[in-house]
Amino acid sequence: MIEYKEPGPINNLPEKPKLNVPWLLRMAWRDTRRSRGKLVLFLSSIVLGIAALVAINSFRDSLQVAIDEQARSLIGADLVIGMNKEPDSLATALVDSVRGLGSRSDENRLLSMVYFVKSNATRLVQVRAMEGGFPYFGKIETVPEAASRSFRTGRRALVDYNLMLQYEAKTGDSVRVGNQTFVIEGALRRIPGQTAMTAAVAPVVYIPRQYLPETGLMQRGSRVSYYYYYDLADTVEPDTLGKKLEPRLEEYGMFYDTVQTRKESMGRSYDELARFLALVGFVALLLGCVGVASAVHVYMRDKLKTIGVLRCLGMSGKQAFLVYLFQVAGMGLIGGLIGAMIGSVVQLVLPELFKAFLPVNVEAYFSVSAALQGVLLGVFVSVLFALLPLLSIRQVSPLITLRANVEHLTNQKDPLRWAVYALILLFILLFSRWQLGTWWQAGYFTGGVVVAFLVLAGLAKLLSWAVRRFFPSNWGYVWRQGLANLYRPNNQTLLLMVSIGLGTALIGTLYMVQRTLLSEVSIAGSEHQPNLVLFDIQNVQREEIGTLTRNEGLPILYYDPIVTVRLEKINELTLTAVREDTTLEISPRVFTREYRITYRNHLTEAEKTMEGSWGENPNANSDLVPVSLEDRYAERMKVKIGDTLVFNVQGAPIATQVSHLRQVDWNRVQSNFLVVFPEGVLEQAPQFHVLMTRSDDEQQAARFQRKVVEQYPNISTIGLDLILQTLDEVVSQISFVIQFMALFSIFTGLLVLVGSVNVSKFQRVQESVLLRTLGANRKQIFAITALEYLLLGALAAFIGCLIAFGASWALAVFSFEVVFVPVVWPLFIIFVLVAALTLAVGLLNSRGILNRPPLEVLRREA
Amino acid sequence: MGFINEHASRPKVTKGIKINFITVTTILDIQNLSKTYHSGDRELTVLEGVSFSLQAGDTCSIVGPSGSGKTTLLGLCAGLDRSSTGSVTLNGIRLDNLSEDKRAQVRNQYVGFIFQNFQLIPTLTALENVMVPLELRGERNVQKQAMELLGKVGLAERHDHYPTQLSGGEQQRVSLARAFSNKPSILFADEPTGNLDEETGEKVEGLLFDLNREAGTTLVVVTHDLELAEKTQRIIRIKGGHVISDTPSHSNVAG
Repeated sequence: MIEYKEPGPINNLPEKPKLNVPWLLRMAWRDTRRSRGKLVLFLSSIVLGIAALVAINSFRDSLQVAIDEQARSLIGADLVIGMNKEPDSLATALVDSVRGLGSRSDENRLLSMVYFVKSNATRLVQVRAMEGGFPYFGKIETVPEAASRSFRTGRRALVDYNLMLQYEAKTGDSVRVGNQTFVIEGALRRIPGQTAMTAAVAPVVYIPRQYLPETGLMQRGSRVSYYYYYDLADTVEPDTLGKKLEPRLEEYGMFYDTVQTRKESMGRSYDELARFLALVGFVALLLGCVGVASAVHVYMRDKLKTIGVLRCLGMSGKQAFLVYLFQVAGMGLIGGLIGAMIGSVVQLVLPELFKAFLPVNVEAYFSVSAALQGVLLGVFVSVLFALLPLLSIRQVSPLITLRANVEHLTNQKDPLRWAVYALILLFILLFSRWQLGTWWQAGYFTGGVVVAFLVLAGLAKLLSWAVRRFFPSNWGYVWRQGLANLYRPNNQTLLLMVSIGLGTALIGTLYMVQRTLLSEVSIAGSEHQPNLVLFDIQNVQREEIGTLTRNEGLPILYYDPIVTVRLEKINELTLTAVREDTTLEISPRVFTREYRITYRNHLTEAEKTMEGSWGENPNANSDLVPVSLEDRYAERMKVKIGDTLVFNVQGAPIATQVSHLRQVDWNRVQSNFLVVFPEGVLEQAPQFHVLMTRSDDEQQAARFQRKVVEQYPNISTIGLDLILQTLDEVVSQISFVIQFMALFSIFTGLLVLVGSVNVSKFQRVQESVLLRTLGANRKQIFAITALEYLLLGALAAFIGCLIAFGASWALAVFSFEVVFVPVVWPLFIIFVLVAALTLAVGLLNSRGILNRPPLEVLRREA
Repeated sequence: MGFINEHASRPKVTKGIKINFITVTTILDIQNLSKTYHSGDRELTVLEGVSFSLQAGDTCSIVGPSGSGKTTLLGLCAGLDRSSTGSVTLNGIRLDNLSEDKRAQVRNQYVGFIFQNFQLIPTLTALENVMVPLELRGERNVQKQAMELLGKVGLAERHDHYPTQLSGGEQQRVSLARAFSNKPSILFADEPTGNLDEETGEKVEGLLFDLNREAGTTLVVVTHDLELAEKTQRIIRIKGGHVISDTPSHSNVAG
């Protein structure tokens, strides 16, 4: 029996169907069936970015846990007070007054030469003369274990483990420190708070403090630091005590550390490194986001027909939108999960990579919060960057089912698009703020990304327009067809330009910034630069050492007197004034620190006059001594030519006037100075001298060093080659870490490139097949395709490189405040690689068309 | 939203109640319909002053040469597109003022479609394709219903095949099952046999008319196959956007 429908009255609109989310989810899942391959592409572009971020943030968490757990053993005491000069009676009284609150260990540190008797070799080390029960927490790790305590009872020393290996010294051998010989009690494996890096730069030798005077190393002008370690009674709160003492400590030029302050300062410094690396990860993620946007864009175009049918059958725009939103969110979830897994595995190797810079043993543990962040981020960025193509779903017209070539999108401007743009901007701004720590940096980063985007989009438009406007209509067919592909309907100029260009720009910038930063650390080693430095030369030894050096056949390259002074007044400003009036923006440190200055009437090769004059003493008659300041230092002190400065030279105040500003190239191997006095003022002040020379080979250097140490044990010599070598190792370790992270960006960039070109495949396949059908031969199709991709790839890569150049210049100058090192060749290589890759991927994608009969391709693509 | 409230207050007619005014109900009423496309400065009028109406249960074909506007007319009648002037009233609902989403609701409730190129969703199996209109309505446990329909078009045992695994004729049969699945008041068929060979085409035609007769659905076929057109009760000929004749078919006259 047939049941007729009830024909209702006018406007008998059917009941609005519910959204029916479970069914939409099911549809989303069903709909992925035939396109999972395409979705993998979409997935892959965010996986690496997420992985990088999860790895870095997990590591950050692991490091924080390690610092929290080991902080007490890092400083080995409740409170450490230190100073870099001999304490006067007031300082001594202060230090002694704290002793009443617990027990105390004293330590002196100085740089000196040690002489390995058996291997007849010398080496600059940090000598630590120790007295008392330090460390109170943690331990000095030695081999044998008992040595860390037993060396304190006689003329015994602990020597850095690597140093012993290097000089083939064994426990029981002798080592000479100054005038005294010590028996090596054991090898130092680890000292609280020391990193592998600092141990390599300045290896440590411990001796008992009671023998320090006998070594003869404590001479006037010697640079000895004094440290006092306190094990406070439980009732005393170290931080409260430190805060209370702080003003007086600062007045006497002392500093203090507690477990808490150490934890904070360490957290800060490692956080900066982690932040930088996280930013590198973010760049990878942003690249991935470009990939997401373009992958979803293609994907949606593939789905237009399906959406049209669903709309025809009565699906609402919102429902259709949700089906694909769920798909994207699901993919983002999977991408985030995979990324979090990879990141969690990668972070296991990070402690190994960072080991040399870390004072704590970092146990990599699985950080739930970092992994969770990664997963959420995966979903969030996927959805956010897919929103633009997804929004258009709501406007797919069901008419597409009747006419395949109909304008399938209603052409109205969607105000929501602007909301999405704003949301993306906001996301980049907030995320970079989170990673970089300051709003202005985040602003610059976001601004940079936006400018790059606009420049690329603008150029793409310009290119399409220009090719059309100045079309070479008399060129050959292949050329015309290839060029016309840049502006004809469905062209991919904009998409490829933006994604490839942005990718190239990000990678290029990363690379150039890295190069610039690294070149800042590396020291320009040149033929005639000194490689051997003698310091702590006393006034009476000056002539003798000069003769000894010349007798050894070594040149005297620099021979500077050095006087230690402190600053007392800037014009009428004193430390107290600067402290009270923070609007002055002068750091109290300019008053509390010590300056090692020299006196001479000439400038060195590394110096350049910026303002004023230096030379023959023009103001000899004036009461004020003319001085020369380094320009940036003068800027920090807010001092101009003509201002007066009062220096305290070992107790005697000397009033000076700024008469000269110098620029100093600090990268040169020589002693450089913030403050230079003229000759004829400081000659009688307590001072020591530094001599720089250059030896041609290691034997000569070793012989000379030995002679100096034998005759003048107070004098330290240091081979710069060794320092440079150590520095080089450190730098290469840092750069390896940075490159390791940059790899994530580069691989993501490649994936996005493949994705972008795949977008174009969709556009071009049918056309090429049609041309084939019309009789174009393989070579012609190949040439047309090659031309189009080559043009786009080369242009996008070129613009990307230009942007990278500008961005890294801006970063170097404004953000890192270093000299920009323009590197052209690597950038050129990036350019060639990207252009070639675009071409290769493009051609690889269309090889199917070249090799198969047209019909087969048409059937397959349909 | 006014009409929704109005709708909600309308007394519900439950299934099984015998309604006796069905025979005089107008299911589709087209008044003075025009469609003009704008392309730059030029205007292109593809339909002008078309009026006709169909009663429940009518079968009708729209014929005309390529470019005569018949597909445009179908799109307008089915609420896939909006007219420039004139009105379309489907089952008592004025489509002209409805948003795209409202029209989608109307389609889901009252309209069935058959396309020249089948338009099955490639990622869904035959069965799932048939289920979609029902699921869209929020109905549950629709599998049995859909299987029955697939059985009627003779494809029950191939229910788990994807469209690409089916021949053209089979795909069109699935599409028939889908078109009838939501028990539409009116069914639009756009060149239903246009992509099929003669023999398959005839089979599909037969199925279409059988199912239609059984369900008592109003049927609108757009075609230039006069033989097919002759099988409907009424033939509307259009040319250049105008209705040039609106006559009962010979079969109807004869019948």
